[in-house]
Amino acid sequence: MTPATLYGICAAALVAIGLFGLILHPTPLRKVISFNLIGSGTFLLFGIAARRGAAAGFLGDPIPQAMVITGIVVAFAATALAVALLLRMLEAGAPTVDGSPDTPDDLSP
Amino acid sequence: MMQHATTPGGWLLVLALMLPVVGMLAIFALGQRRAERIAFATLAAGLATALAVAVAVGRSGRAVTYLIGGWQPPLGIALQADGLSAVLMVMTAVILCAVGVFARGSFSSPPDGAETRRPFVFWTLFLGLWSALNTVWLAQDLFSLFVALELLTFSAVPLVSLDGSRETLRAALRYLLFALAGSVFYLLGTGLIYGAYGTMDIATLHQVVRADWATSLALGLMIVGLMAKAALFPLHLWLPPAHAGAPAAASAVLSALVVKAPFVLILRLWFDVAAQPAPALAGAMLAGLGAASILFCSIMALRQARLKLMIAYSTVAQVGYLFLVFPLVMGSAALDPWASVGWTGGVLQLVSHAFAKAAMFLAAGLIAEALGHDRIADLGGAAKVLPVTVAAFALAGLSLMGLPPAGGFIAKLMLLTASVETANWWIAATILAGGILAATYVFRVVGSALAEPPERMVFAAIPRSRELAVLALALIALALGFLPLQPFDYLAIGRGGMP
Amino acid sequence: MSLAVDLVMVLLILTTAVWTILVRDRRDAVIAFIVLGLLLSLVWMRLMAVDVALTEAAVGGGATGLVLLRACARLLPVEAEGALPGLRLQLAVGALCALVAAGLSAVILAPVDPAPTLAPAVAAHMDEVGMKNPVTVVLLAYRALDTLLEKVVLVLGLIGVWALAPDLFWGGRPASLRAATPSGTLDFLARVLPPVGVVIGIYLVWNGADHPGGTFQGGTALAAMWLLIMMAGLGELPETRALRLRRLVAVGPALFIAVGFAGFWMAGGFLSYPPGLAKPIIVAVEVALALSIAVILALMVAGPAAKEPER
Repeated sequence: MTPATLYGICAAALVAIGLFGLILHPTPLRKVISFNLIGSGTFLLFGIAARRGAAAGFLGDPIPQAMVITGIVVAFAATALAVALLLRMLEAGAPTVDGSPDTPDDLSP
Repeated sequence: MMQHATTPGGWLLVLALMLPVVGMLAIFALGQRRAERIAFATLAAGLATALAVAVAVGRSGRAVTYLIGGWQPPLGIALQADGLSAVLMVMTAVILCAVGVFARGSFSSPPDGAETRRPFVFWTLFLGLWSALNTVWLAQDLFSLFVALELLTFSAVPLVSLDGSRETLRAALRYLLFALAGSVFYLLGTGLIYGAYGTMDIATLHQVVRADWATSLALGLMIVGLMAKAALFPLHLWLPPAHAGAPAAASAVLSALVVKAPFVLILRLWFDVAAQPAPALAGAMLAGLGAASILFCSIMALRQARLKLMIAYSTVAQVGYLFLVFPLVMGSAALDPWASVGWTGGVLQLVSHAFAKAAMFLAAGLIAEALGHDRIADLGGAAKVLPVTVAAFALAGLSLMGLPPAGGFIAKLMLLTASVETANWWIAATILAGGILAATYVFRVVGSALAEPPERMVFAAIPRSRELAVLALALIALALGFLPLQPFDYLAIGRGGMP
Repeated sequence: MSLAVDLVMVLLILTTAVWTILVRDRRDAVIAFIVLGLLLSLVWMRLMAVDVALTEAAVGGGATGLVLLRACARLLPVEAEGALPGLRLQLAVGALCALVAAGLSAVILAPVDPAPTLAPAVAAHMDEVGMKNPVTVVLLAYRALDTLLEKVVLVLGLIGVWALAPDLFWGGRPASLRAATPSGTLDFLARVLPPVGVVIGIYLVWNGADHPGGTFQGGTALAAMWLLIMMAGLGELPETRALRLRRLVAVGPALFIAVGFAGFWMAGGFLSYPPGLAKPIIVAVEVALALSIAVILALMVAGPAAKEPER
């Protein structure tokens, strides 16, 4: 059992844990966090492929590493957009006339 | 190892990707004053590029390829236009041009030149969508396709909530979450594929792919992710509120083009990456979900009170037709599946629906502007005020129903022929049932529009040019109906290279 | 022995991940998520992927965590907000997730032998490009299109965030990042750290050609310093309509595309580099990209315009 394989199992577990949260959490913020967890697990899987592909004097295959870097930045942008949407959604649903605020950050129809 | 080579005219593919990006950056950096002019210049140049690519593919009879940076895949990334991609590029360019003409009326800059939010956001994201779509049609690398999918999502989501109301923000957020979930599953599958084969290049994968369970798991994850993005039943819940909530010009692009991109990727994965022949059971399952989409969402469309929601449900239903293609192409007795009626029918359904749906959404937008609302029951008087628009809506509806002489008729007839040929009787029955349901919901709208207007109804004036843009799209959907009722050789270009 | 260390690491990570999902309070979840990001950076180091470790720490844990924390600050606390639906549903979904984990683990435990890799292909052409950091060579030479498109994604993301401003505020400044209560520590840090941070950022970008580093890592460091200054109230966010700001955002991708098209004349193809000149061209592009990334990252954290633009 090499370290890469061990972290590969860890990655699989991260994806599963993130998927659990993505499906079950009703609020968008927690869904976004869960999505990031699945993303981290996915990136780790790329990293395992990179580590196993060490050759030609490199300690890891550079191609998957480059893809992970791109993916991390995309995930950040997605999170920032989702959060901005979420916050704006709540502002647009300001407290109603009778004083009680709308249910915060829910996605129910 | 598969050797790609840049073919003459390959540089056009680069232009197709980069022109919209340059336009978008220009609008961003120069301020919005010149947004429309930059957008229209880009539209003209992009349309010319798409047509040039189509001609190049047709003349050479082979796919047009370009290696970015000269690096050989799988180290580098290749762009390739086969017959299918060329058709998709031209379709995209024409529809975007028509939508652009339409959108001038909704998103014009104010005369004093001050920058305002809605035009700025619309035109920049409009061009972003174009670049993303062209990348999906052309890129031959699974990871580049992931980036293209993200490009598509980021361009589409803010358009849904452009008006800033709470409902559209909620629809946009739901759309974003579904899209991100789909993307991450696609990426997960891509990672597994790289771990197994050491390449992301589609052509290389076609040569080395094995039919083992690990590959099936990877492809399965990718296809499930793409199904969510294509709103295939039961992952379709995000689409109706999102497409209905966007401004009409954006809805047209979303339903006609954006939702087709994930489907085209599933086609690529199925036919170009997966070991052939793909398992028949999986094809049947996809077709089964497609049939469920058709029947369930056509019925939902019937039950809608608002016009835009009805059209959005119709989109989900019509996209379901596309998923019927899988068992039909694979089971074809023809020596070359790309020359089969099923393949041509599927592509024709995609293209004619794109034109018809774009026309419908733009028509709905004009009707809503003129009447001030889009309740189906109260559309009386629309036919008097906007005769061209309502006629365009009806013509587009012909395509959805599958009645001659529309493109949708030819497409559905081809699919029917293929399903009879391959003895998939349940598919034939679904196609017929879907056509009847579509007829019902289209006639409901047209009938309401032809009714007498209530007294003292005030209508807003709509310029003729916008109506004509809508009519043009509907007429193209109609013109596709004059194609001969046989497999279309152009669509087989570039596919023969796949052994 | 070192496998025991890895085992402990995996247990820590999975515990933190489970905690992130199950904890009730959303603030705790975000903090656990940031901790997870830092732990993952260590894992990347262990996997010998230093560039990725830097990016994960800076962007994955840092910038993403910052965005989530700011969201928490503005959301009202709700009772049982993080509660998950009923136990039976949890068990059913849990079974599905376990299945997914099992499938992925099975793939991990049955690797292809010999492991497929593109490392030899990368090594074979690195002399043509002339830089020593293979990841940078991949990002800016072999797979430059992905990097270019990814920059476009960032610009579109920024437009998407800006699109959420009310019409009245369009073009104005984003909401102030200044902390509600003045803090001496924050003030002190904001005066002392930025010069150091900027140097580190420039170093990361400049050095990324031959050693771990690069545009994303350096750009994030620069963005972090700018955000720190604004949080301490020592500077103000610019107006989103400011042309200088717009040009800073656009300069990176624009230069990259210009270099790409110039490749048609100089080296016979889009994003091709003439032999011998590749390194200076790429470094110049990287500098522009790092600037744009820094501005985009900071603006995405800052959010849409929240004040009317000044006359």
